Amino acid sequence: MNFNYISLIIALPALGAILIAILPKLQAKSIKYIAAIFTFIPLVLSIFLFINFDRSSAMAGVMQFEEKISWIPLINANYHVGLDGLSMLLFLLMSILGFLVVLISWKIDLRPREYFAWLLVLEMSILGVFASLDFLLFFIFWEIEVVPMFFLISIWGSGRKEYSAIKYVLYTLFGSAMILAGILCLYFTTGSLSMVDITRSGIGSFLPVIPAALMFFLFLGGFAIKLPVFPFHTWLPDAHTDAPTAVSVVLAGTLLKMGGYGMIRVCVSIFPDAARQFAPILLGLAMVNVIYGAAVTLKQTDIKRLIAYSSISHMGFVLLGIFSLTQVSLTGATLQMFSHGLITGLLFATAGIVMHNTHERDINKLGGLARQLPIITVIFTIAGLGAMGVPSTSGFIAEFMTFLGSFQSAVPVARIFTVISILGILLGAGYILWLLQRVFYGAPLDKYNGTKDADRLERVYSAVFIVLIFLVGVYPSILTNVIKTGISPIVRLIGG
Amino acid sequence: MNLELIIPELSLLACAIVIILLDLFLQRKGWLAVISLTGLVIAAGFTIAAWGNNPQAIFNNMLTVDKFALFFKLLLLAISALVILASVDYVSKFARFQGEYYALVLVSTLGMMLMAGTTELISIFISLELTSISLYALVGFLKDPKSTEASLKYLLLGAIASAVLLYGMAFIFGFTGKTQLGDIAQVVQATVSSGSPANPGLILGVVLLIAGLGFKIAAFPFQMWVPDVYEGAPTPITAYLSVASKATGFAIILRIFYSAFNLPAWLSNDWGMIFAILAAIGMTVGNIVAIPQVNIKRMLGYSGIAQAGYLMLGIAAMGLSTSNGIMGQSSLIFFLTGYAATNMGAFIAVIAISNKVGSDLIEDYAGIGKRSPLLALALTLCLISLTGIPPTAGFMAKFYIFSAAVQQNLLWLVVIAVLNSVISAYYYLRVVKVMWFNEPKFEGRVSSSGALRLALLLACLGVILLGVIPDYVMKLTEIAAKIHIF
Repeated sequence: MNFNYISLIIALPALGAILIAILPKLQAKSIKYIAAIFTFIPLVLSIFLFINFDRSSAMAGVMQFEEKISWIPLINANYHVGLDGLSMLLFLLMSILGFLVVLISWKIDLRPREYFAWLLVLEMSILGVFASLDFLLFFIFWEIEVVPMFFLISIWGSGRKEYSAIKYVLYTLFGSAMILAGILCLYFTTGSLSMVDITRSGIGSFLPVIPAALMFFLFLGGFAIKLPVFPFHTWLPDAHTDAPTAVSVVLAGTLLKMGGYGMIRVCVSIFPDAARQFAPILLGLAMVNVIYGAAVTLKQTDIKRLIAYSSISHMGFVLLGIFSLTQVSLTGATLQMFSHGLITGLLFATAGIVMHNTHERDINKLGGLARQLPIITVIFTIAGLGAMGVPSTSGFIAEFMTFLGSFQSAVPVARIFTVISILGILLGAGYILWLLQRVFYGAPLDKYNGTKDADRLERVYSAVFIVLIFLVGVYPSILTNVIKTGISPIVRLIGG
Repeated sequence: MNLELIIPELSLLACAIVIILLDLFLQRKGWLAVISLTGLVIAAGFTIAAWGNNPQAIFNNMLTVDKFALFFKLLLLAISALVILASVDYVSKFARFQGEYYALVLVSTLGMMLMAGTTELISIFISLELTSISLYALVGFLKDPKSTEASLKYLLLGAIASAVLLYGMAFIFGFTGKTQLGDIAQVVQATVSSGSPANPGLILGVVLLIAGLGFKIAAFPFQMWVPDVYEGAPTPITAYLSVASKATGFAIILRIFYSAFNLPAWLSNDWGMIFAILAAIGMTVGNIVAIPQVNIKRMLGYSGIAQAGYLMLGIAAMGLSTSNGIMGQSSLIFFLTGYAATNMGAFIAVIAISNKVGSDLIEDYAGIGKRSPLLALALTLCLISLTGIPPTAGFMAKFYIFSAAVQQNLLWLVVIAVLNSVISAYYYLRVVKVMWFNEPKFEGRVSSSGALRLALLLACLGVILLGVIPDYVMKLTEIAAKIHIF
């Protein structure tokens, strides 16, 4: 397969952004259609790649659809992209969400030209992060993402949007500063910027000029801010709450996953010894993430803030899965990243519809919407069930695998942390059901009579989300087959 | 006498003289800019033509024409051309003295070009003074109280810096008995290897050199003049000072310290560490003080102090390098190139905006994004590049220079530097925020002249190209980094 699919998929949104930015005298309508087209084609191509992805065990650890062009020979940097089982999934997720968020943004009327241009740039950069196999390229995509987020939150957001935007930017840049330092150390130690080569030869085969543990923590620090791991999470509620709906969907859906992806791709794969050594600490943090995140979620009164905090709790599961360092738990963590992207994406999208139609986001002032907004109620309930991890949704299978794996983990104290973290599911059921009760059930309020229910477009994209959630929940091996080819070589490296 | 080796300089001098003479007769002063640009292009043509030659020295090894000098000459000519383009609108403020203005810009460029090639203490000093005296006059060109104060301040502090530099040179001459850099290196190495202990006079001389040249590059703690001079000077001259003057300062530091004091290793480690510490303090001070600034020229002034800090990483890496690696030098030259494009772009955008808004206050930039999106986009691009976010020249430059520093075990300094980049994001992005998010105070588009737009376009192209396909320029800087010692 010599056709450059990945480059095309990454380039199309960027091309769309340029077209939207420079074509003169575009109607708002045509801007939206251009955005839809330039995200739909990458989606189709990604699905095509997903179908053609070689799932046989012979391909374990092999990068597929690889492209490699020498870029800056002087510092040994290449334009090198490719997908393995791990990145394929997240790449696909971003392509799906990339198209759906354009539909979710259909009602944007404020400065649509800039909005959709930035949205497409955002999609391009996240796709790039997941596909890059060269550290310099990876870092460039990682950094580019900050710029559109800054604009999207501060112009189209709500509340203290400028504060949240700059807070987001500074946290992210602080994290990427650490990643940059890590990349430079790694480059100095190995003389290479290729993720594949460094992973293959192992960090142990080079002279330990800079302690591997130091590099491990530089990378981990950057990824932990992104995931986010307690105590680096404080940017997340603000950014989520004040961002426009579609941006919240991307933020929860794929931006957070960049952190999880980085941890597996770099921290675990390149520094397996350090990962084993420090796993107990990280599992402890994962437990704090789960319980603290869920506990704080319970007392939220803003509907978006509530979902944002629930993300922190769910990302705790991902961290737990990653640093339990077993085949099953890592698969579960990857699946959890995919599943959370769909479920929380749908929650944010539906919350956005509720806020848009009722002009209210305070849970205490909402109530009894099931009578006035029956369709939204059904959609939101399904998403909520997914977030609770009810069987037959993707949330269940992901959390189940994570816990199954982490309970068997060889890492000391993993069992205790796992058992405590399982309480997170209980708390999760609590805050989701309580949210549903307060917003949708109970006595209907007169002031919401005549409020519009979901329109056709909103029903369509919600249906896509729901179908995917159940598809993964009922038939998970469609994904786990792929994940396995990515995870099994990593597990061999850890020796677990 | 190989006069053909200094034809670029001679042609520039001729051009300056022609401008002063024509100024007496020409009614339409716009032609003066065209003539200046022509002179610069001709000089650049001669410089490029000399690129293939082997390194040569003239005037008893006082001047060297090597790739290092040629690269800097080209860079300075390009900066100077951008400054002239950016001045076309601005000079209407001092209608009577346009000829002098252009001629002085060219003469100071001449001084800087000579400085890039000098390999001898006295000629270094002379070319430095040639540059400085033209710049003192240019800074005061507006003749309002602020500009005059800036000029006087620059003159007084610049004179002190020159005195310090001269004092350092005297010490070095006293110790070695030589003024030519290659001869100095031989004497230094011979004395040290013969077992005599380190001469405090030599060390003092080196430290005084750092102080005197530190003034030129706005290194901490010699940066006091920067904000006031940047604010008071005509904006094109501010841009010129912040880029060309700094580039020359770094060129001469590279030349002196590489040619004369690179061996023995303890000596180069000593000054390498001095530069590393100055870099750490300079970038931190510059970035923190830039945060509360309300005037964009002052803010860019402090940001320039911080950028000088990043640049000094390259010198520190050169000093601490034990092998013959040239990554420190070549990354420094690349950083200077990227910084030149970025900072020129930023200042040109500031000129274009301030022309219309009539103010340099950041709050008056409100809503520029609505009034003239392309201009705001250009300034945003440059500010992003200054922050060091890809895909811009600023990012590639930082990546390159940081990796050079990590190679010399300067990880602590690199960590300080990357954290400083985060701090800097706060004040750079604040300007972006004001431009795009705040409501405009005035209505109407911000229009700008063709020359200004061309200059801005060129600078922004440089920023993008150096950020996306830096390979070609990196190769050139690597060639240029091989400083030839006669």
